Amino acid sequence: MALSVREYRARIKSTESMKKITRAMELIAASRIIKAQQRADAAAPYARELTRAVSAVASFSNVDHALTTEPENPTKAAILIVTSDRGLAGAYSSSVLKEAERLIEKLRGEGKQVDIYISGRKGEAYFKFRARPIVQSWTGFSDQPTYDVAHDIGETLIQAFLNDDETVAEEGVAPGADEVHVVYTRFRSMLVQEPTAVRLLPLEVVEGTEAPEDAELLPLYEFEPSPSDVLDSLLPRYVQSRIFFAHLQAAASELAARQKAMKAATDNADELIKKYTRIANQARQAGITQEISEIVGGVNALADANAGQD
Amino acid sequence: MSDDTLHVELVAADRLVWSGEASQVLARTTEGDVGILPNHAPVLALMVHGVVDVTTTDNETWVAAVDEGFLSVANNRISILAEHAEMAHDIDLEKAKADLERVKKSGELLNDAEEALQSAWAEARINAAERAS
Repeated sequence: MALSVREYRARIKSTESMKKITRAMELIAASRIIKAQQRADAAAPYARELTRAVSAVASFSNVDHALTTEPENPTKAAILIVTSDRGLAGAYSSSVLKEAERLIEKLRGEGKQVDIYISGRKGEAYFKFRARPIVQSWTGFSDQPTYDVAHDIGETLIQAFLNDDETVAEEGVAPGADEVHVVYTRFRSMLVQEPTAVRLLPLEVVEGTEAPEDAELLPLYEFEPSPSDVLDSLLPRYVQSRIFFAHLQAAASELAARQKAMKAATDNADELIKKYTRIANQARQAGITQEISEIVGGVNALADANAGQD
Repeated sequence: MSDDTLHVELVAADRLVWSGEASQVLARTTEGDVGILPNHAPVLALMVHGVVDVTTTDNETWVAAVDEGFLSVANNRISILAEHAEMAHDIDLEKAKADLERVKKSGELLNDAEEALQSAWAEARINAAERAS
């Protein structure tokens, strides 16, 4: 019991104010998750229609497109890692980074060189601290991503994929890549978010992901101006919409992870306050006991002295 | 689905802008303006910045500004997909005009493609807003 009662009181006070902060963050995260989920739902029709159209084109024309062609001898890969801008979200960023490291290891094992693209300040900090090169990073939007950002990222990655292997990273020029992967956190439920890695490019168009309505086959489309032009415009949009989807999922996951972490922090603060209150009470009691025994000791000593004089 | 109406969905990248039944849709594709009536043959067409006119089954018309995207028609279902889309009554005409001015003024700073894109989007919004009023 080294500390005085006053010091314990100060600790209790600071823990209480921390608890207020974590409680507030928990509530904010909880209210934002709903919005993030609504945004994800709102973006679903676009993704659905786009997928329909892409699979329609893919099934009715034999047009080969640069974005769907598998390079014969892949030697370079690009990875986009979707992390958060802010911490205090438990293991959210570290688990997505761990997943990314695993993928990087795997790709290196296959003899591929890996270029890293980052979305979110936490991931950027992680690689900068370890002095590992990042090709490009985008920050400042992790809890409410907009389509414009996804568009931007998509364009960069598509450019990288279309560039030659020999292209060297320069200002505004993405180095070439034979395949592009995305690592993000998938939002399964409020309790479960799992880091996932998917290959974005070359595209694998899943034909007929949804059973055509009314049990009809997909109609025989006319393409204007031509199938290849339509595909040219559709596929980049498809890629961008996938990236947007990944960001929306990541945003919802980030908020859910933050809510969970802040709830745990608030609970911990409660425990600590309880513990410190007990210790403080004990210390106070010890002090009182000591004072009483001192008084009693003093009185006894006086009484002894008086008895001696008599 | 009845035979003489079109089910229209106007979808932007981040939300569903409008959906409902219509009797006619006018849009601008890369090949020129197209008008689509019920029982149109299946088409997938690319759209340019412009205005989409829809006549609903109640004989009302509404107008929306869209930027580049595409249009798919099949089985009396029309999906209009664009990265950005705005209904005419949501468009702030003053702001669109100001945007156009700004883009034109800063023309030297932006590269041509970006400038063309931004001014086309501003013009589409102005057109839509004026058409509706």
